Amino acid sequence: MSKMAATRDGYGDALLELASNPKVVVLEADLGKSTKSLHFRKAHPERTVSCGIGEQNMLLVGAGLAASGYIPFASTFAIFTERAFEQMRNGVARPNLAVHVCGSHGGTHTGTDGSSAQSIEDLAIYRTLPNVIVMHPSDVVSTKVLTMQLAASNSPSYTRTARNKTPVLYEGREDEIKIGKGIVLREGNDVAIIACGVMVSESLKAAEALANDGIHATVVDMHTLKPLDAELINQLVASCGAIVTAEDHSIIGGLGGAVAEHLTSNTYAPLERVGVKDRFGESGEADQMLEIMEISAPHIAAAAHRAVDRKA
Amino acid sequence: MTSTDELRELARKCRVHIVNMVHRAQAGHPGGSLSEIDLLAALYKTTLRVRPDDPDWEDRDRFILSKGHASPGMYAILAEMGFITVDDLASYRVLGGICQGHVDMKWCPGVDFSAGSLGMGLSFGMGSAIAGRLAGSERQIYVMLGDGEIQEGSVWEAAMAAAHHELGNLNVILDRNRIQNDDFCEAQMRMFDIPAKWKAFGWNVKEIDGHNMEEIVDGLTFLSTSNDGPSILIAHTVKGHGVSFMADNPAFHGAAPNDEQYAQAMAELGEVVA
Repeated sequence: MSKMAATRDGYGDALLELASNPKVVVLEADLGKSTKSLHFRKAHPERTVSCGIGEQNMLLVGAGLAASGYIPFASTFAIFTERAFEQMRNGVARPNLAVHVCGSHGGTHTGTDGSSAQSIEDLAIYRTLPNVIVMHPSDVVSTKVLTMQLAASNSPSYTRTARNKTPVLYEGREDEIKIGKGIVLREGNDVAIIACGVMVSESLKAAEALANDGIHATVVDMHTLKPLDAELINQLVASCGAIVTAEDHSIIGGLGGAVAEHLTSNTYAPLERVGVKDRFGESGEADQMLEIMEISAPHIAAAAHRAVDRKA
Repeated sequence: MTSTDELRELARKCRVHIVNMVHRAQAGHPGGSLSEIDLLAALYKTTLRVRPDDPDWEDRDRFILSKGHASPGMYAILAEMGFITVDDLASYRVLGGICQGHVDMKWCPGVDFSAGSLGMGLSFGMGSAIAGRLAGSERQIYVMLGDGEIQEGSVWEAAMAAAHHELGNLNVILDRNRIQNDDFCEAQMRMFDIPAKWKAFGWNVKEIDGHNMEEIVDGLTFLSTSNDGPSILIAHTVKGHGVSFMADNPAFHGAAPNDEQYAQAMAELGEVVA
């Protein structure tokens, strides 16, 4: 796991590969260099639309393109997609137009830009919209594979990518990655850690530490928050009896919220949620941010201990 | 070619439908429907290349009613053109009806945009215009905006972007009826020199009297032949035009007539109510 890469590069690679489909159009809001749509722009300027620094317009330009048979991919920072939430709600989700929105630089892991750039609520708000697929892939390979699968989907989507590099997990395992299906990365019967994005590799580290304490953890990459892989969660409840969720996102409404909602209505297991505790971030390096937000591997391991202790 | 007399008669019939719909529903937006309807009648009858029997024809011109609350006007012209039936108009604001409160592309044939939230149609139209260009199509995109609506900031994001991309196939008709929900626009948010604003954003601009059929037909020709960049037709209208007590009256932006007012409106529109 020594190889490192940023998920936003997986998005950029996917767009370039999708370019062979003449219906694919890329929309930018002056951050193509950051979200990595710039490679597509360079190769296909005729199918790249600059929307200037205007996210609200961009999402609806996407809606107009989708309604005319094109497959638009629009990207900006995760935080700036939120400015266009109502456009996403009324102009994209409601008429169910397959506009694919990518929010890069999500989470506190974004680092030194500080709290204004660290979206910690994007997954929660987009998850409330009917018709919308919501994803937060963990590595560069899965981001590429999932982005490419979106082009064949008839649903609008929101995908969060990250600014900074994270371990590459899926090289050579592309076939295992499918929208809406969680991936079991490690198996154990004491507790299941369900994670997304940068927290997947943190969870694997936590599982390693837990093994030294005699606790055997399953680790799941739940890259798709919506539709949620409910069947897998039910299996995890049956096999492990205790659940931990881990995300670089507000503890309210994201992956932890989604899993809690499922457990409440369907089955029961003690659940511990690791996430940003209803506060804003600040400037700091990516690893420092995970530490100060209390969401790094040791915090996940501690949550796993609590979950195991709560088993009847 | 349809004569302007025929267009006036078509608009009159649509006005009757509009008043019928809001009276039946006891809700809705008659004022902006009555101000826009002469424009819509002429647009659909003389300019739009659409097929009522094949509403999803890929190469059709698009009409995007961004001021989607003025849906009775659009439903009226869709019924007169044969996209829907006059009977369908009774479904306005009724559960399960194709005539939703605000026009919706998922519910009603001939509707190309799901409206209801102001400031969204021009951006959607820009995407439609880029799609037309990418497809190598001659199709034209027409977007109707309200004057109050252009207080929404995102309209100007779209205006700037459409001019940047030189979208000659993108056309706006601005229903300048001078009234918005709460009051006259001038009281709510002064907009100063509207034509100058659009010119400054790089648009071709023409002003007309939006109730004068000859001027409307000329204006539509201006839109369809100005293809070096986006164009806007600023139509000076009277909110509630055609019904005396609704005309220029902010109270009828979003209110239905009572039975007595309904009878008066029908009489003024030349209809005999049984």
